[in-house]
Amino acid sequence: MKYFSLVWAGLWRKKTRTVFTMISIVVAFLLFGLLQGINQGFSVAMRTLDVDRLYVSARTGMTDGMPISYLQRIRNLPGVRAVSLWAYFGGYYQDARKVVPAFATDAAELFKVYKEIKIKPEYLAAMEKTRTGVLIRDTLATQYGWKVGDRIPIGTSIWTNKAGSNTWEFDIVGTFDASAYGMGFPAFYLNYSYFDEARSFGTGQVHYYIVSIQDPKQADRISREIDAMFANSSVETRTQTEFALAQSQLKQLGDINFIANAIVGAVLFTLLFLTANTMMQSVRERTSELAVLKTLGYSDTKVLLLVMTESLLLCLFAAALGIGLAAVVFQSPALQKLFGNFSMPTLVMMMGAGIAVAVAFVSGFPPAWRARQLNIVDALAGR
Amino acid sequence: MTALVTLRNVTKSYVRGKQKVEVLHGIDLTIEPGEFLALMGPSGSGKTTLLNLVAGLDQPTTGEVLVAGDRIDQLSRGSLSDWRARHIGFIFQFYNLLPVLTAEANVEVPLLLTNLSKSERRRRVQVALELVGLAERARHKPNELSGGQQQRVAIARAIVSDPTLLVCDEPTGDLDRQSAEEIMNLLTALNRSHKKTIVMVTHDPKAAEYASRELHLDKGLLTNDTRRAA
Repeated sequence: MKYFSLVWAGLWRKKTRTVFTMISIVVAFLLFGLLQGINQGFSVAMRTLDVDRLYVSARTGMTDGMPISYLQRIRNLPGVRAVSLWAYFGGYYQDARKVVPAFATDAAELFKVYKEIKIKPEYLAAMEKTRTGVLIRDTLATQYGWKVGDRIPIGTSIWTNKAGSNTWEFDIVGTFDASAYGMGFPAFYLNYSYFDEARSFGTGQVHYYIVSIQDPKQADRISREIDAMFANSSVETRTQTEFALAQSQLKQLGDINFIANAIVGAVLFTLLFLTANTMMQSVRERTSELAVLKTLGYSDTKVLLLVMTESLLLCLFAAALGIGLAAVVFQSPALQKLFGNFSMPTLVMMMGAGIAVAVAFVSGFPPAWRARQLNIVDALAGR
Repeated sequence: MTALVTLRNVTKSYVRGKQKVEVLHGIDLTIEPGEFLALMGPSGSGKTTLLNLVAGLDQPTTGEVLVAGDRIDQLSRGSLSDWRARHIGFIFQFYNLLPVLTAEANVEVPLLLTNLSKSERRRRVQVALELVGLAERARHKPNELSGGQQQRVAIARAIVSDPTLLVCDEPTGDLDRQSAEEIMNLLTALNRSHKKTIVMVTHDPKAAEYASRELHLDKGLLTNDTRRAA
């Protein structure tokens, strides 16, 4: 600790160079924190997914419909606690760029299946009474400035109603809080019974059945039984757990883990050369100063450690700033909306610290070794 | 009286390219405690090489170097570092202060190697700076000080750990006449009042006049050894 002033002073010998190097490290670790944080965020979000929920879709693809008659047959299976449904509505508000992730559902059953989502009983009751009623996620209400009691026009590029219009009018009867679920929970629900009666085609079709089971250990058995029940029918089914479904959807975005690691790897590799160059220049410029330290009795090892500490301090300080910034960015409304109540995982912080130490060691060791090997007489003579 | 420094048949040669250059040829020398020795001679005569051997910065090719009771020619690099920290105070021609540190921080640098507490280190730094007359410039960085003041800070750094021997390599070589006189007066005071043994390399006959003994080197051989009455 008593050498701190010596190390700190050495680090700031060329302020501009140190600041620029530090900015590079901060940016690299900000990127690392964000990408790894998002990556970990997905993993954490996936782990929170319920294991006692199954998703049934048409085997040919999740955009193909299944008959509504499947609902009761699935409900009758032993071990099934509740079943709800989703039918894509594909909505937008005012223009097609303002997407509204709307689904038709059986709201009373839906909130039995998703127990973690908070909704007031009076909103559910209102939904049951109001055929054109919709329940919306609180974040969506905030986004568009909607409130309970508003009548809103929602367009759809898929469904024409029997009046021949693509714009449907709905009454907001309630809101719900899905923060406990995190990302990916649809934000807009209309009554399936109303939707099915009002649409001009595709009646009696459903895109997903969401099945809540009593015992998660029975997930495989029930999945097999559901698929077996509809085998060789006009629409065969594919049943997956929530975790498996989320994984297959994420894979459509590409291998996030690979992309994150590849970008971070490239950035850190470049950083290694940048930091090594800074440290090397810094030591080269201080040849006579390091020789003076050795003259005064600083051993070769002590000089090596001083330079290594300088490199370590530079990398750790800047990495902490970068990861700290990433943690702040994670608190931004945009990411909170995506991940729910999510903060920078400790694992990412620890990985960042580990990488900073590794970068410091790899980039700091060659100049530190050079300083260690410095011959006092030659260095003082400027040779 | 036991000699503080004894050199016996010391030679030093370097290999430069493919050529072996012998800089010192069989030097025998003793320096008594409390002496102020001026080493003089033309460029390339081996003055600085001899000073480096006495200070433990370099090792002889052959011969013995005994300083403060230690055979320093037999010490390893690591042991020699510790030995220098305990026994030697250095004063360079170009001061060689660390530019990013204040005067007091520069003076503290040798003390960081000791087990002294922070408050004790501060006290000693203060005493050393007062001794060289620069206590009021303690917070100034080297580039805020004149050449003479920087050399005073370097002297404070050299004496702060109370070394056995002060070695000075052209301490006035970069100074104007007045600053040079001030520095030589300071070194003389350290020698006379504080009984510091000083070995000084110089080209300057005026600086050499302050020493109690003058030694001349030429082509790696001692040619003249003159003692002055105090």
